[in-house]
Amino acid sequence: MSKTWQTTKHVALAAVAVSAVALAGAAQAKERISIAVPSFLSGPAAGPFGVPSRNGAELVIESINRGKLPAPYNTKGFAGAIADPIYVDESGGNTKQVAEYRNLVQKRNVDAVIGYISSGSCAALAPVVEELKRLTIFTVCGTPRVFEEASRTYIFRTMAHATADNVAAAHYVTTKFPEVNSYTGINQNYAWGQDSWRDFNLTMQNLKPGSKASAKLQFPKIFAGQYGSEISALSLDKSDLVHSSFWDGDLESFIFQGAVRGLFKKKKVVFTVGGTASYRLGKKMPDGIILGARGPYGVLVRDRKTALNEWFIKAYKDRYGVFPSGPAYQYGQGVLAAKIAYDNAAKAAGGFPNQDQVMKALTGLKFESFSTNVDMALAGGHQAITEHVYGLSKYNADTGEPGASDVVFFKGTCVMPPDGVKSVDWIKGGMKGAKC
Amino acid sequence: MDLLITILLDGLEFSSYLFIVAVGLTLIFGVMKILNVAHGSFYAWGAYAAAYLIGVVSNHGFTDLATMAMIPVAAIGVGVVLGAIIERTLLRHMYHLDEVIIVLATFATFLILEDTILLVFGVDPYFAYQPMAALGNVEIGGIGRLVYGLSMILLALAVAVSLWFALNRTRWGRLLKAVIHDREMASYLGINVSRVYIVTFVIGAMLGALGGAYVAPTVSVAPGFGVEVIVLSFAVVVIGGMGSIPGALIGAMVVGMARAIAVHQFPELELFVVYAVMAVVLVFRPEGLFAPAKARKI
Amino acid sequence: MTASRDWTIPGLTIGLVVMLVAGVVLPDWLLNILNISFSRALAVLGLMVLWRTGLISFGHAFYYGLGAYTVAILGKELGVSEILVTVPAAMLVASTVGFFLGFIIRRYRDIFFAMLSLAFSMVLYGILVKTEALGSTDGFSVPTPSFLGFGAEEAADNKIVLYFVLCGIGYGAALLVHRYLQSTLGNLSTAIRDNEIRVEYLGYSVAHAIHVKYVMSAALAGLGGAILAISLSQVDPDSMVNWTISGELVFVTILSGPGSVAAPFIGSVVFELIRTYAFEWLPHAWQLIVGATLLAIIFFLPGGVWSLLARIFGRKEGER
Repeated sequence: MSKTWQTTKHVALAAVAVSAVALAGAAQAKERISIAVPSFLSGPAAGPFGVPSRNGAELVIESINRGKLPAPYNTKGFAGAIADPIYVDESGGNTKQVAEYRNLVQKRNVDAVIGYISSGSCAALAPVVEELKRLTIFTVCGTPRVFEEASRTYIFRTMAHATADNVAAAHYVTTKFPEVNSYTGINQNYAWGQDSWRDFNLTMQNLKPGSKASAKLQFPKIFAGQYGSEISALSLDKSDLVHSSFWDGDLESFIFQGAVRGLFKKKKVVFTVGGTASYRLGKKMPDGIILGARGPYGVLVRDRKTALNEWFIKAYKDRYGVFPSGPAYQYGQGVLAAKIAYDNAAKAAGGFPNQDQVMKALTGLKFESFSTNVDMALAGGHQAITEHVYGLSKYNADTGEPGASDVVFFKGTCVMPPDGVKSVDWIKGGMKGAKC
Repeated sequence: MDLLITILLDGLEFSSYLFIVAVGLTLIFGVMKILNVAHGSFYAWGAYAAAYLIGVVSNHGFTDLATMAMIPVAAIGVGVVLGAIIERTLLRHMYHLDEVIIVLATFATFLILEDTILLVFGVDPYFAYQPMAALGNVEIGGIGRLVYGLSMILLALAVAVSLWFALNRTRWGRLLKAVIHDREMASYLGINVSRVYIVTFVIGAMLGALGGAYVAPTVSVAPGFGVEVIVLSFAVVVIGGMGSIPGALIGAMVVGMARAIAVHQFPELELFVVYAVMAVVLVFRPEGLFAPAKARKI
Repeated sequence: MTASRDWTIPGLTIGLVVMLVAGVVLPDWLLNILNISFSRALAVLGLMVLWRTGLISFGHAFYYGLGAYTVAILGKELGVSEILVTVPAAMLVASTVGFFLGFIIRRYRDIFFAMLSLAFSMVLYGILVKTEALGSTDGFSVPTPSFLGFGAEEAADNKIVLYFVLCGIGYGAALLVHRYLQSTLGNLSTAIRDNEIRVEYLGYSVAHAIHVKYVMSAALAGLGGAILAISLSQVDPDSMVNWTISGELVFVTILSGPGSVAAPFIGSVVFELIRTYAFEWLPHAWQLIVGATLLAIIFFLPGGVWSLLARIFGRKEGER
């Protein structure tokens, strides 16, 4: 019975579609497109992550709409079309995100989705995106599983994934602090935390055979907030170094509690996402913490003097009153990638491009973003690689601004696996093909 | 030895925190037979109010230590204002309804208060580290400990002792016990049950807010702050026996200690132990370890 | 009761036909909303059976989650995606667990019943959150289902097949529950709520009657959870097992009203629409809207949406 119904429905839909195409004509200019921008607007991740993300996207979208980005991106709109952003909340659990994504695509009929912060959201959404066939650019979420589980057609990710954070962290630790021989970790109890620890641990074993990982690893639940016992346990641990991929409010709570208890004086601590906390904590951020920002973003590229970077920092600071942190850059980068793809596709098609043309233009794209060069080199041109960077937190008492010292950049090819190789296999196999 | 001391202190700190929050929940339940889901919101509001006030007085040049005075101010303020508003405008009109419907009403209140926090305070987290920083740290068992964290143990003791005193040595306590034992009989005896209710609810709300206000300086106070604590304090109350104040103390000790041991010795079991303890208690003593005596009616 | 007995079965049948026809023309997003609503409605139907006895479980997300995770685990670990296998398996798991917990829980009434159920649900939540093999807080994806051995090549086909299957299951469940409520054991509900001792004197075991209802509601919640997992193709503890979800289920029960077995279906659709639009229009304050709606219902519409409909259509709403 159901097959008949379906067929009827499809025939009807096909008829509608054909007539719609006939009416519209091919490649006619479009005046407006709608872009959904999901990020955490409520919950503990909103302040440190969701809001800068949203702001970064907002700033770049509005600048593009007005043609105000610096050259060479100073053309107006996305292939000439003005983008109407829809900002939606990413909190409430993965299943809710799946339901909301369906609403965005099927009910609100957005042209593209650019966003998502949590690895959980992205892992859950990946099959749904492929099902609904709508262009979706993941901006921040880090899990490498998105492209390792299956090949994706409609998903792109415009920043490096979590493997880069942890491989780079291990490189930084082993070169800058050769005296570190043992390490432990505190990471959140879900894909992000688990993957991060695994990659870091494997890379350390690779780069420094004989170094020792603690047997007592802490995996508290995300958004737990109070880390009294965990900090005690880490302080008592004999390891030289603590690895943590904490982000959101958890990171800030942990730094507060650890700082007063002297944890950061006692241990070397590496925060792979620590960059977001610098601007927010200001002089409360202890000096000497090993900071990553999930790539060349935020406080670690504060002094990079390119036209795009200087524009971004100034425009963001003027508008929102604070310096842009990592997520602001990363969302802005996702939006910029979309603009370039739309523009390139329009040039190639000789008119307003359809989704397939945009995706084709985005596949394998190389472009200069605000703070770095992006190369969509992996996963068949869907996954970006960029350089990576680590440094030490250092508060600048003269300017009253947080900053970083001992900044070291790593090539993208040094910290990301080559195309077609899974992260874990790559690290376990001795990181073959890495060009550092 | 260091490890033992550390586990003990970590456990005590966490137990104290749990006790302060959970005792408010159990008090309201014992007297009014309301499982107040909005208790988590009192906690969150207490934390926000404290963090906000600490920030304000700190900007007016008060010393870090002096800002601590804002913690009781926030707790009392939130307890009195929110507690009284909710009891008078909402719960009061529902006492004739099914108890479970009242739970649902507190769930609705929880949802509303959650978003109200967002609307009032915004999504940006608040930091109110001043009291914690002012008290500094002290080396015990080979590691640095927050003096502020240790002070929580004293606060919990003070709360426990004053509640015990109020219940057992004052007229109000005797009235309360009469109402706990049998609401109808108490009202026949001329006890103003309505007044007992609002006083209880406000005190319960204050305790919830106090928990949040006292924790606020150690964490980044962010939206969604009250969701987790409901679950933990509920576990404490279930383990101890719903409505029993000594039960809340024992429940908090059991949960706090179990969690501290787990974090240090078996970190992979950390959160799970709380629920495991609860499951065991539920299977063997579903009414909890210290179930208060019930007057059975026909 | 007489009035509703006359109307319920024909009413449900008309409803089924309308929904089946509507399935062909409705847009995909609405089908999604209906799929989610009907899954929830099944769990709510189970809660309604309990509510008629005066019992409300504040932890039925326990069985909802059990059902959902059963389907998901069968798909992930054993590669079984046949709806005719996974869904009955989910019901079996939920009702078996319900059967054993029933021995403990049937001794309790009122708020204690509600809180004990909540406590059990949180134990499951704690286990799921800590189990890395099941994706901890993330949960994991549910593979595409097949029905009668047919796997759909196109996801869109899948949705509509699922929708038709779901309409059928909902219809069947509503009819069975209706029959049960008409039976002697079912009719005891109101009597138990009013006075248990009187019922015992009549020679019925109250504990037994409550146990049966409890297992039934567990099975229905398991069924609902199973279908929710299939229609969303994702499970995770926060969206399926957390206490807020239990609260949501009770909310929808109250919103629907106890008037008829059709009420949960209508109430669930209303709830999902409120939620969807509140989320769309006021992303910062949707919980506030949902909470305020709930309070308004408690105060002004104690019979739920059903009583409103009954009033509009001028029909007697049975005993309430």
